[in-house]
Amino acid sequence: MSTDVVDKGRRRFLAAATGVVGAVGAGFVAVPFLASWMPSERAKNAGAPVEADISKLEEGRMMIVEWQSKPVWIVRRSQQMLDSLPKLEGNLRDPASENVDQQPEYAQNEFRSRKPEILVLIGICTHLGCSPTYRPDIAPEDLGDDWLGGFFCPCHSSRFDMAGRVYQGVPAPTNLVVPPHFYLTENTILVGEDGRAA
Amino acid sequence: MSKVIGWIDDRFPLMKMWNEHLAEYYAPKNFNFWYFFGSLALLVLVIQIVSGIFLVMHYKPDGELAFASVEYIMRDVPYGWLIRYMHSTGATAFFVVVYLHMLRALMYGSYKKPRELIWLFGMFIYLVLMAEAFMGYLLPWGQMSYWGAQVIISLFGAIPVIGDDLTLWIRGDYVISDATLNRFFSLHVIALPLVLLFLVVAHILALHEVGSNNPDGVEIKKNKDENGIPLDGIPFHPYYTVKDIVGVVVFLFFFATVLFFFPDGGGYLLEHANFVASDPLKTPEHIAPVWYFTPFYAILRAVPDKLLGVGAMGAAIVLLFFMPWIDRCKVRSIRYRSNIYKINLAMFVVSFVVLGWLAMQHVTATITLLSQVFSLLYFAFFVILFITSKNEKTKPVPDRVT
Repeated sequence: MSTDVVDKGRRRFLAAATGVVGAVGAGFVAVPFLASWMPSERAKNAGAPVEADISKLEEGRMMIVEWQSKPVWIVRRSQQMLDSLPKLEGNLRDPASENVDQQPEYAQNEFRSRKPEILVLIGICTHLGCSPTYRPDIAPEDLGDDWLGGFFCPCHSSRFDMAGRVYQGVPAPTNLVVPPHFYLTENTILVGEDGRAA
Repeated sequence: MSKVIGWIDDRFPLMKMWNEHLAEYYAPKNFNFWYFFGSLALLVLVIQIVSGIFLVMHYKPDGELAFASVEYIMRDVPYGWLIRYMHSTGATAFFVVVYLHMLRALMYGSYKKPRELIWLFGMFIYLVLMAEAFMGYLLPWGQMSYWGAQVIISLFGAIPVIGDDLTLWIRGDYVISDATLNRFFSLHVIALPLVLLFLVVAHILALHEVGSNNPDGVEIKKNKDENGIPLDGIPFHPYYTVKDIVGVVVFLFFFATVLFFFPDGGGYLLEHANFVASDPLKTPEHIAPVWYFTPFYAILRAVPDKLLGVGAMGAAIVLLFFMPWIDRCKVRSIRYRSNIYKINLAMFVVSFVVLGWLAMQHVTATITLLSQVFSLLYFAFFVILFITSKNEKTKPVPDRVT
């Protein structure tokens, strides 16, 4: 069987083939390790809808409920706040809420809400995930004379109006997210489900 | 004694390694102050590993228990406060030493041929160190831990298409949670330190293969005596080991001063908001990273666009990797380079420091404008260097070290 001639081509082919098979094997072995970083079944099952009672929420005030470990803001807007919304349209990136990922269909209107006065938002900045501060005061010293009330992110100074719409020229790219929600009764909101067709 | 060493040497290259890396490793005789920081970085690495091992004995990586276990270390564990402060002060010391070490390389052209790989290994060390510091900062599970991690992980969300899934994969949950804390703990105490140690060994092996640069930037291996020993070289041991001990003593003096008298550094080393347990519903009023990340954070904040901001911040670090090829000047040391280079480097250092300061300030229109100006200056360094270094007017370089 032995021969003095070494078939280099054959040797190279076998070495390369072994290497490729080994690499494929390593790829398969990597799958369980990488996949183990995805959310666990327990994490996926958490995040059931939460009920919020807004009967005691006064005009102009904000309350926070926790849904999927995120802050959800509920604001009862005053007429003055609602009147401020159209004035800002020239300064906003997406005044008409055309980005459909940021709100359910029933909140794609001028107030971004089911009922004009009640605003429901996920209180997480669309820039890098800080929770913005509620600043209903008009023209405060630190935010400038043209501030008509809204949300200000302390991390990277993104600005949002009283409907969670993002200003132009700030780091946040999109409007704040309106979570799925519906009214169980006049004064109770279920956050986390769309409910029956609005 | 020599019998024992002989016995070992027959089975393991003990004396060979001792000679190659210490007793017969010839380093240029003109090392100055700036050459302390390599060995000091090794010292800080040892401090971090030792204090870290002991912290893990009392710390609980659990969303419910983590914050309280750090307080337990601070109040109830004998000398726990000291060990914890060693570790937190060590993190700051690590970056001080590494930044000065990197500045040394920039001044004396230590990244240039044939030392490109030393520089690249060093840059990877810096990168791993940043990851290590970031993940370590989550572990106390305070407000700054939580929201700092939230911001940094969200940076990956800026990547088009895969961004959202990637952040989900990193967190292991829909928000920062126990799952995130646990994996960061694992990476912080096992994975990254192993990578770091490997890179440090590679960094030193590469250095000892080509030999050290020096403040004159001349190659000492060009002039050797009849035994093949560089005329301008002296054995690392005992000359530089003894010299480095002086550096160690002075360093420990400063280290102990911070450790015992200013362990929280007035809120800059351990931020005040981190003494409050993490609360996913409330971001602290003023959020800023620990000082060693602030220059990059200022660049991120200066750009009014998510993707571009993240890109600029990444580029600020990535560009440093390419220094050996951006700087096309043949002369290494700043001593023999043009005034353009000196001014350019000074501008770079000033921008870096000013950006670091800007990131700690509350945002106003002026702060944003200044951040933009100094971010531009930071990047201008690389552009100006690339353009001017090719045909730079340099002074004559001496044959031997001075």
